[in-house]
Amino acid sequence: MTNDEILAKLREKYPKVVVDTPELIDFTVVVKSEALTEVATFLHDECRLDYLADVTAVDRPERFEVVYHLYSVKNQTPGPFVLKVYLEDKGNPKVASVTPIWRGANFQEREVYDLMGIAFEGHPNLKRILLWEGFPGHPLRKDFENRTFTFKELEPTRPKPPDW
Amino acid sequence: MLKTETITLNLGPQHPSTHGVFRLKLQLDGEAVRDLEPVMGYLHRGIEKLSEERTYVQVVPLTDRLDYVCSMTNNQAYAIAVEKMAGIEVPERAEYIRVIMAEFTRIINHLMAVGFLWNELGAYFTPVVYCFRERERVLDLFEMTCGSRMMCNYMRPGGVSVDLPEGFIPQAKKLNDHLKTFVDELDRLLSENEIFLSRAVNVGVLPADVAINASITGPMLRASGVLYDIRKVDHYSIYDRFDFEVPTCEHGDVWDRYYQHILEMYQSVRIIDQALDGIPQGEVMNKAAAKATRRPPEGEAYGRIESPKGELSFYVVSDGSGNPYRLRIRPPSMINLSALKEMCQGHKIQDIVIILGSVNLTMADLDR
Amino acid sequence: MSEEQLVEEQLKRNIFLTTVDAVYNWGRKCSVWPMAFGLACCAIEMIAAAAARYDFSRFGMEIMRPSPRQADLMIVAGTITHKMAPQVLRLYHQMAEPKYVLAMGSCATAGGPFPSYAVLQGIDELLPVDVYVPGCPPRPEALIEGFMKLHDKLMKQSIKTVPWYQKEPAR
Repeated sequence: MTNDEILAKLREKYPKVVVDTPELIDFTVVVKSEALTEVATFLHDECRLDYLADVTAVDRPERFEVVYHLYSVKNQTPGPFVLKVYLEDKGNPKVASVTPIWRGANFQEREVYDLMGIAFEGHPNLKRILLWEGFPGHPLRKDFENRTFTFKELEPTRPKPPDW
Repeated sequence: MLKTETITLNLGPQHPSTHGVFRLKLQLDGEAVRDLEPVMGYLHRGIEKLSEERTYVQVVPLTDRLDYVCSMTNNQAYAIAVEKMAGIEVPERAEYIRVIMAEFTRIINHLMAVGFLWNELGAYFTPVVYCFRERERVLDLFEMTCGSRMMCNYMRPGGVSVDLPEGFIPQAKKLNDHLKTFVDELDRLLSENEIFLSRAVNVGVLPADVAINASITGPMLRASGVLYDIRKVDHYSIYDRFDFEVPTCEHGDVWDRYYQHILEMYQSVRIIDQALDGIPQGEVMNKAAAKATRRPPEGEAYGRIESPKGELSFYVVSDGSGNPYRLRIRPPSMINLSALKEMCQGHKIQDIVIILGSVNLTMADLDR
Repeated sequence: MSEEQLVEEQLKRNIFLTTVDAVYNWGRKCSVWPMAFGLACCAIEMIAAAAARYDFSRFGMEIMRPSPRQADLMIVAGTITHKMAPQVLRLYHQMAEPKYVLAMGSCATAGGPFPSYAVLQGIDELLPVDVYVPGCPPRPEALIEGFMKLHDKLMKQSIKTVPWYQKEPAR
């Protein structure tokens, strides 16, 4: 199934869910964040997009975007099917987790939570993965200025035994 | 009745057998492992944040240090992503050079994978020394071309940075012929070893549907029987012109993952042969590339390659200025670990160590 | 030849006069055991220095002890992140005196090419470093030059002044 056919089937089944299809180099579809679980299940079961390559997030000035890149191993399609979700609420961003559908999203969603601060509801183990729990701030956000820390500055934020 | 508890054992960040700094918290019942939790991030260097302050060409040396064993293929993935986004064409001679370097990189990565797996099995350092002897010969070729053994900084968006020197092609041909016999020798020496067979067969089995669902790619996926190689699916670069097969194995246990590396080395040697015979003359860098990457148009692109460890891809977002707005690196090592719990069910500590060795991790790739 | 001359000749051939310092340091210099502590890319060059082409077993160092209790030299090879820094400190404290630290590569010396939020800019914020080997990564020959400098430093130490034989607590 080509990407256009998948989009047509998606519009047929869930008419109000597609928000936008921007003109980008890869085929992109933007859906509403509340409908993410249904759309993801539909894409996995009916359209056989069984390989989730990437889960990532971009910090734009007015919103967060969560981006999913999907491929099909059974059909060996070349181009990615890019699924995007816009999160307008920058103070408390959250979206449903797709880990129950694609197990490979587990570590990637934890990384997005760690570095961007977006919470995923329904994730089995949402903890910080690359930095430790007390680290001040979420580094990949645009309002976090990149600077070097000394050992003493970060000392009070570290977990003390037996929590580590 | 006896009331027993599980012990928590910490296979800590510094350990002779974890490949770099990786920590596993194991729950043990005697010697059998009941549960495990990986803790990572001990080599997180913030490369994604650093690349937002640099120009597109200044990011290339940062990508070298991602998966430090295969630095050429990291550069290639980034170059492909930026070329897709900015619409840059690559000259033909540069494409041939890229294929030769990428396949040599695949060979050195697989040699190291085999060597370090045997380190875990207890053959402490003998296979490593054999494999490193050949790796040094390939690194001589790299040093001849780009000046550095490991951090090559060679493939840039638009081509490669310098042309091949005079004596490269004869030396590469000689080395390639030698590598054919060396891979045979390695196969004869290691594959049918009794101790290896009894320790590795049926250990850490990964079924095919679990592998696809857990987004696993690369030799691990093909060892479980799934025929998916991005060189054949995406037709990137000029891999269409070469005649090579994609081997797979059936069971998906540790032995199959090891043997997959040996089979892929045979195919790489084949590709290098064909590329060295057919390489044309010409220029090696597109002159318009420097201008195009100074201020590329707004947009985003996802460029992926079949790196020796799996699918390595870059998601580049540009906002029209000279720096990438967001650079996302999809790490094959981190995602290949997603199925660790399923693979380790019902095994003992010594099996965990070799299963981790067969996944072929590089920590800098996992943590970035 | 008279008996006295014979005895003198034999004495010249079989007895050496030297200092306690020279013998003690020579024994320590010829078998410095490094701890296998590779963090990142420099670890691969360290293993290449241990492999067949640039062998450092000719200096008595090929036994890389996995446990810090049995090692003399800690080669900090690679980037030290803030998450890993307390563990490096623990390992240093677990080593027994006499111990030396060699900072290999520019990441261990000064943070390397990563001035970011997660990287400790140089291990000398935490540990006393004896030899710095710059490079990214340093070639195996450069690492061996670093070992030679460490041997020179070692040979100059005297038993009277070394910290681990003093009566007061050491550094």
